[in-house]
Amino acid sequence: MKEVDARGLSCPEPMMLTEEAVKSEKGAIRILVTEPHQRMNVEKCARDHGREYTSTETEDGFAVVIDPQK
Amino acid sequence: MNLSDSKMKLAIAGIVCGLVAVCLAYFGNPANMAFCIACFIRDTAGALGLHSTETVQYARPEIIGLVLGAFIISVVTKEYRSTAGSSPVTRFVLGMILVIGSLVFLGCPLRMIIRMSAGDLNAWVALIGFILGVGTGVIALKKGFSLGRAHLTNRMSGGALPVLMLGILVLALATTLLKSSESGPGSMHAPIILSLIGGLIFGAFAQKSRMCFAGSIRDVILMKNFDLLTIIGSLFVVMLIYNIATGNFTFAFDTPGVIAHSEHLWNILGMYAVGFAAVLAGGCPLRHLILAGQGSSDSAMTVAGMFIGAALAHNLGLAASGTALNAETQEVVAGSVPLNGKIAVIICIVVCFVIGFFNKRSENK
Repeated sequence: MKEVDARGLSCPEPMMLTEEAVKSEKGAIRILVTEPHQRMNVEKCARDHGREYTSTETEDGFAVVIDPQK
Repeated sequence: MNLSDSKMKLAIAGIVCGLVAVCLAYFGNPANMAFCIACFIRDTAGALGLHSTETVQYARPEIIGLVLGAFIISVVTKEYRSTAGSSPVTRFVLGMILVIGSLVFLGCPLRMIIRMSAGDLNAWVALIGFILGVGTGVIALKKGFSLGRAHLTNRMSGGALPVLMLGILVLALATTLLKSSESGPGSMHAPIILSLIGGLIFGAFAQKSRMCFAGSIRDVILMKNFDLLTIIGSLFVVMLIYNIATGNFTFAFDTPGVIAHSEHLWNILGMYAVGFAAVLAGGCPLRHLILAGQGSSDSAMTVAGMFIGAALAHNLGLAASGTALNAETQEVVAGSVPLNGKIAVIICIVVCFVIGFFNKRSENK
């Protein structure tokens, strides 16, 4: 699974990395972010691209797993 | 509680913050300043004796309230995170640029919107520079700009700035140590308790809505995302209605009493520097006060840079003067940007280019 580690990066870098990954990777992607609003932005990006996702809280932030493109 | 997951909630946050600004303007804050981050940091720096311009010295409770409001709401909603380590000194420099550019224009992005809502055409001219500055920052981002990662750190570190702000409030309320203007903009203010409550409310709503003046335009240019712009739009509409209703709307350049000048090139370049620096720093002056309140030591460094930048702007004669009416001759004296201010803005823009195009994400771990 492709992993994007955006932890600790300032806005809008997590969003830019997510966009880049969603556009280039058809398989599952695991995106790590630190802030709650960054998680929300990643989820919105997945929705905008018609992808499903699952979010979980981690020790130092959040992990959003975006499902493979159908 | 989340105010950033729908445009309706974002619009409500903008309306609430607009009403706070309206109340503060009504109860005594300077005309068309209402709630200006750069001006209020400059006044607070003056109160602490960091500069000696006697007309702009007052510990603005709004600034203290913003940081404490963001701190309290982020603790209550479990969003407080003590982080640090993302190029702190670079962020300090960007903080200085944010305020120096603002004081050449005579207002931060928030005050630019407030001035626009009062019909001040100089602010509309400055908006061109601000958008171009944000656009240049976006180009840097697309070319791989990054200041690197922040990391979780000792919980107390993130609480340092809110505690310092509380300390300024205690000094203002319980001692005579702080300086306070007897004339000029620094002498014009709403009652302390109202300013503090206004700051707390504004800070809480800004934290929950992620309000950011640079971010709103950046998101439109970068991702065609208009969410954050909704807040700015609703705040503008509230202030516009207030200004029209109270007869404060004057659609003109060179309006005495507005604390503005009509040196168009320097209005554009001043806000160009602010827009550019804000994108590189990850937020406008308001956003950094909020981020510092919710635990970011990196944003606290940006805030420290803003205080020093404000002090330098007055100690070195960089800040512009506003158009004013000479009380004796009744002549309008045009405001202007001093030579030192013009040189400083050019240096600020050069520094932004160096920071923006020499800090690469690929170099970070």
